[in-house]
Amino acid sequence: MALDKNQIAMRIARELHNGDYVNLGIGIPTLVANFIPEGIYVTLQSENGMLGMGPFPTMETVDADLINAGKQTITYLPGASFFDSATSFAMIRGGHVDITILGAFEVSEKGDIASWKVPGKLIKGMGGAMDLVASAKNIIVAMQHTNKEGQSKLLKECTLPLTGVNCVKRIVSDLAVLDVTDKGFKLLERAPGVSIEQIQKATEGTLIVEGEIPEIKF
Amino acid sequence: MNKTVKNAKEAINGISDNMTVMFGGFGLCGIPENTILELSKTKIKGLICISNNCGVDNFGLGLMLNNHQIKKMVSSYVGENAEFERQMLSGELEVELLPQGTLAERVRAGGAGIPAFYVPAGYGTEVGIGKESREFNGKMHLLEHALTADFAFVKAWKGDTAGNLIYKYTANNFNNMMAMAGKITIAEVEELVPEGELDPNFIHTPGIFVQRIFQGVDYIKKIEQLTLSK
Repeated sequence: MALDKNQIAMRIARELHNGDYVNLGIGIPTLVANFIPEGIYVTLQSENGMLGMGPFPTMETVDADLINAGKQTITYLPGASFFDSATSFAMIRGGHVDITILGAFEVSEKGDIASWKVPGKLIKGMGGAMDLVASAKNIIVAMQHTNKEGQSKLLKECTLPLTGVNCVKRIVSDLAVLDVTDKGFKLLERAPGVSIEQIQKATEGTLIVEGEIPEIKF
Repeated sequence: MNKTVKNAKEAINGISDNMTVMFGGFGLCGIPENTILELSKTKIKGLICISNNCGVDNFGLGLMLNNHQIKKMVSSYVGENAEFERQMLSGELEVELLPQGTLAERVRAGGAGIPAFYVPAGYGTEVGIGKESREFNGKMHLLEHALTADFAFVKAWKGDTAGNLIYKYTANNFNNMMAMAGKITIAEVEELVPEGELDPNFIHTPGIFVQRIFQGVDYIKKIEQLTLSK
């Protein structure tokens, strides 16, 4: 069984370490906040200018001046801070944010990522994604292994305009957990009940399979 | 030095066609609502607007877009409104998209007197086309140039007559740097107080960067994505 969105988020949440400063992108990455393991304390950074992001507000606590990078209303936790966008990206560019989790349309076996533009469709812009992928110490991509037509999104070369080059370290897809290495995608774990052959078939880029590949356990 | 002007109408005196102008705000959070509304009532056109986003249909910079007052947008994320898309696709509106941190730093550099600097964001992507690149510490970087503006429009929570500003929560965003990068910076505030009433320990933008300040009125503070806890 392929993982659903919540299971992908749950698996990624295990990558977090106590004390990490974390930037979560829009979509599945946002769900990671719901699955942070017990005993692990992380601080969420939102690139529009805050550290210490809390859960969504109630109708009584909504404030138009308090939003996340997806422009959703949010709250802040004790110890939070607010700052301007240049300071926010200094945290990102300067390597002070420990881990960035974001979605992607495509990832190449060299760690290139395409996530912002589909030519011919509406172009909305890259927002902070290019800054994040160019500078984060550790980048984990949450994505579907294939598109709706069943074509692989883990490729030898990206076909869409790039967000960044040679930057993705790890991918958690609906089928597998993989590392990007010098030689290609190294298979680390597979979704429960998903065979290596299925993963091989869904991966256009070079897939490295060494030894036993365990199933992801929940 | 009292920098107070009466209202938005008085504040925008001197702005003319084809100028380069900056607007603070992220989405609709912390945008200078009064100034935008006042500019949208004028016949000023051909503006090059530097702003992270371009408002939504019928609010924020969307108002000026509807009037065809904007010639070019320099932003990181746009297209939250249908008219923007139409003008961009028809070629009426020129759009330059930049990584958000690069945009923020280019504005900061403009205010800080730094003509250009190197950043890794965008290297190897279409953002890097035509830009000088150079390797530092084994990593490729792009040369990015500073941005300044004839006028910068910012919005703060509290301000004093000397132009000192304090922002609320995430409404700071681009306002602080843009205040620095305007030849003339106009600040509108929710609460204007006499100098001496704000605690100098908690000023975000020092008054030196602000030339005109006024008490804003009738803030709507539209929310783009109202999201509540379940």
